[in-house]
Amino acid sequence: MPILVKRLIFFVALVVIWEGLFRLNLWPPTMLPSPVQVGKTVWMGLADLTLVYDLIASLRHLLIGFSIALCIGTLLGVLLARVRTADETLGILVLAFQSVPSIVWLPLAIAWFGLTETSVIFIVVLGGTFVMAMNMRMGIKNVSPVYIKAARTMDYTGPDLFFRVIVPASIPHAVTGIRLAWAFGWRALMAGELLSTGPGLGYTLKYASDTGEMALVIGVIILIGFIGILTDQLIFNRLEKNVLERWGLETAA
Amino acid sequence: MFLQVSGVTKQYVTNQGTIFTALQNIELDVEEGEFVSLLGPSGCGKSTLLSLIAGLSEPTEGSVLLKGQKITRPGSDRGVVFQEPALFPWLTVFENVMFPLRKKYRKNQKEAKQRVMDHLKMVQLSRFADSYPSELSGGMQQRVAIARALAMDPMLLLMDEPFGALDEQTRQVLHGELERIWMETGKTILFVTHNIQEAVKLSDRVVIMGTQPGKVISDMRIRLPRPRQQFREKMVQIEQEIMDILGQEIDKVIKGELSDAHSG
Ligand SMILES: Nc1ncnc2c1ncn2[C@@H]1O[C@H](COP(=O)(O)OP(=O)(O)OP(=O)(O)O)[C@@H](O)[C@H]1O
Ligand SMILES: [Mg+2]
Repeated sequence: MPILVKRLIFFVALVVIWEGLFRLNLWPPTMLPSPVQVGKTVWMGLADLTLVYDLIASLRHLLIGFSIALCIGTLLGVLLARVRTADETLGILVLAFQSVPSIVWLPLAIAWFGLTETSVIFIVVLGGTFVMAMNMRMGIKNVSPVYIKAARTMDYTGPDLFFRVIVPASIPHAVTGIRLAWAFGWRALMAGELLSTGPGLGYTLKYASDTGEMALVIGVIILIGFIGILTDQLIFNRLEKNVLERWGLETAA
Repeated sequence: MFLQVSGVTKQYVTNQGTIFTALQNIELDVEEGEFVSLLGPSGCGKSTLLSLIAGLSEPTEGSVLLKGQKITRPGSDRGVVFQEPALFPWLTVFENVMFPLRKKYRKNQKEAKQRVMDHLKMVQLSRFADSYPSELSGGMQQRVAIARALAMDPMLLLMDEPFGALDEQTRQVLHGELERIWMETGKTILFVTHNIQEAVKLSDRVVIMGTQPGKVISDMRIRLPRPRQQFREKMVQIEQEIMDILGQEIDKVIKGELSDAHSG
């Protein structure tokens, strides 16, 4: 049976069980509404475009923050990999920052940028930068010495050697970094938006919770999970798989 | 003299801080157009010597001269085929062979492409020009590596156990191919191996190395006409001779390892 069919059956069964249990009146609807209610609410939100706007706003925050994180993370990773002193000093700081949940930066963001979208983007940037940097650093440090030796015997040195051999050789790690930066950025985004003044999916979630619209809360949660898995499977998983295959690493992965 | 290795000693500082002598006072002359094999037990410094000639590392003492010029760094006048696969996996076979030509032929792309295709034909892989290395077998990858090294038209081809990881049949086929390429191009080849049959079959000269520390213990000229398959008996005789010389060295290695095992 194709994996897609299996998954479809699984989710349909899940919804049916949920609806069934709901109808047994085991809990009040304010705790957990029925899937039909949730579906209706999401549908209405999409139809009157409020959820669409939220979605666009969230994706905008994410894309801007993610792009900045990739740029800074790549440069930072290259610096750490190539300059020993930087690695020994700045490297440990980056490692420390990587283990700090990005929501922790929110008070700082608010102090600097106020309750604006910039604050949210700032959080996303911090969420993605460090994991990208650490992976880029690893990629460059782990370039097989034989590639470098071979290139040197073919008169490659300096920037030529770096951009034609070391950079492409580190792509598999970089791709992992990109994937993780996206995932971390997505989590950071939701945390940031929950405490923002909108627009965004996180903000709407908070708003729905404050006004007791439980169906909308569940709907947004499902939407967040759905988008997360969709981007991961459709874009990043494929990208990573293609790269690993091309680089001849698929067996090691 | 074409290639002249004189008084070369190479020492490494080990992790324990002691000095390890990998090569001691190596003397080796190679004439232009010669096919010379370096044969010796594992750890006798064959790769170390090759990397000194490639210019990838520097001797502690002594010098390596190529056509009278001291070798201080790597360069495209010496092509290297490594033991481990060294093709770039992100480039196609064609792009890999093109890689050393990019700068030299910047103004003449057409000629460069022709050159790449000629060399792929030489190793009989022109059909695979657009494949990626991961799509090729180990033997095919080594043939591409040979094409890549030859495409930049080096004076000297250095090969470090290029067929070491291949099965016997593939190895036999590639021997034939290498011999043919060598006769066609007239290149000087320095060929590292620990396979005695391979060395006797292919070389004008077999340089036998000993270990602890690495040194040259014998330099044999193989005066058999090619192709040599017809002189099976003569070859076996030479192989036996080499085996006798090497036997003592191999004993030494094994004894060393056994005593290490007991003391460690
Ligand atoms: N960078 C290094 N640091 C310390 N010791 C080294 C280094 N490179 C090589 N050696 C030592 O020098 C000796 C010779 O190594 P080399 O790789 O040249 O041997 P080899 O003859 O090529 O062996 P094999 O047939 O197994 O490839 C070995 O004992 C090895 O441990
Ligand atoms: Mg070796």
